[in-house]
Amino acid sequence: MSDDRSLDRKTAVPAIVGDPKDLLIVCGLAGASKDMAHLTNDGDNIFTMAGAMGGATAMGLGLALSRPDKKVLVVTGDGELLMNVGTLATVGILKPANLSILCVDNGHYGETGYQESHTQRGVNLELIAQGSAIPNTRTIDREEQIPEAQKILRDSNGTSFILLKVNTEPPPSIKRSMDATERKVAFRRALLGIA
Amino acid sequence: MLSLGYIAHNALFYRITLYCNCVNEKFTILTAIELRLMGFKMMSEYGGQETWQEDLYSLLRSNDVELFCYVPDGGHKTLINRSIEDPEVISVPLTTEEEGVAMCAGAHLGGTKSVLLMQSSGVGNCVNMFALIKNGQFPFVTVVTMRGEFGEMNPWQVPMGQGVQPVVEAMGMHCLRAETPEEVSPTVQAALDMAYKSNQSVAVLLTQKLIGAKPF
Repeated sequence: MSDDRSLDRKTAVPAIVGDPKDLLIVCGLAGASKDMAHLTNDGDNIFTMAGAMGGATAMGLGLALSRPDKKVLVVTGDGELLMNVGTLATVGILKPANLSILCVDNGHYGETGYQESHTQRGVNLELIAQGSAIPNTRTIDREEQIPEAQKILRDSNGTSFILLKVNTEPPPSIKRSMDATERKVAFRRALLGIA
Repeated sequence: MLSLGYIAHNALFYRITLYCNCVNEKFTILTAIELRLMGFKMMSEYGGQETWQEDLYSLLRSNDVELFCYVPDGGHKTLINRSIEDPEVISVPLTTEEEGVAMCAGAHLGGTKSVLLMQSSGVGNCVNMFALIKNGQFPFVTVVTMRGEFGEMNPWQVPMGQGVQPVVEAMGMHCLRAETPEEVSPTVQAALDMAYKSNQSVAVLLTQKLIGAKPF
């Protein structure tokens, strides 16, 4: 298993996700939420967090089960996922075909001063996803693998899990709404036509 | 030990203390019988088949609840089994209760009504995730089977049993208690109305007086 961390999240995440318009997106706190709020201009098809650490994958799972007609993308970081890594097992027993998980793994807790996370010290989240019975998993750590990641994330017949290894360059800065109620209402209005 | 148990025939607290400290099987069986004679219900007597549990499932379904998240629990046995058997709902076993909190919020984003079924100990696993519910004013209903209160025989259940109500209220949730079979459906209906019509989060506690004490 290679341990290359040369990719920069600011280019790798948008390259893998592509056009986000047709996706429903749930993002874990800190870096992942900034990556995706920047890419979507904090749009109405994205729900970002700045707390509730460990909840992003489960929230995306609930949304995916609710809306099997839509592709749901969870974008989260290594630290956020590690906090509730058991959720991968819950995803794995259900395997919703419309759920994809992108874990942006920089091996650090960027929000709190770049302390090393467990993934920097030998823990492999792709293997945990595999062991959790998630059918399509891949580690991406080189630019030439990005088209493959795009395809897995978009077209997999069954839940997919992409572990994107990146360096410790910071996420893009964006002023996003921290008002979860306002974001919930906007999301539901856009998706369902109701608040 | 047995004679001590008889001497303490009317001293319930003393009896339960003895009960919890004793690992002798004979004593356990006798004490369970005695407690029953004294009017205690044992969880095993219900076998999860009481009418109110069937009625509760029908009530949740008639309110269009379609996602059932749970951590396995004896008191919720009927609801869990009915949800697994029902082809029109999604029934999800969780690895920890806080997953259910976030799943219910995600389901609401998609327009699906949900319920989280858990035991009192599970409430402790959820506390930070309740921040998502509170900040987003998500409608949220959890039905909690209580341990650690009326007649509890396992001391490990007591701390979180005592903590449930203050904890959920501290996190901005309403806490409604059902003490009798007759109270269950109206209480859960009230919770569903408060959640899905007023964007409130509500914990319905199915109390140990209702559920019965699990013999140890």
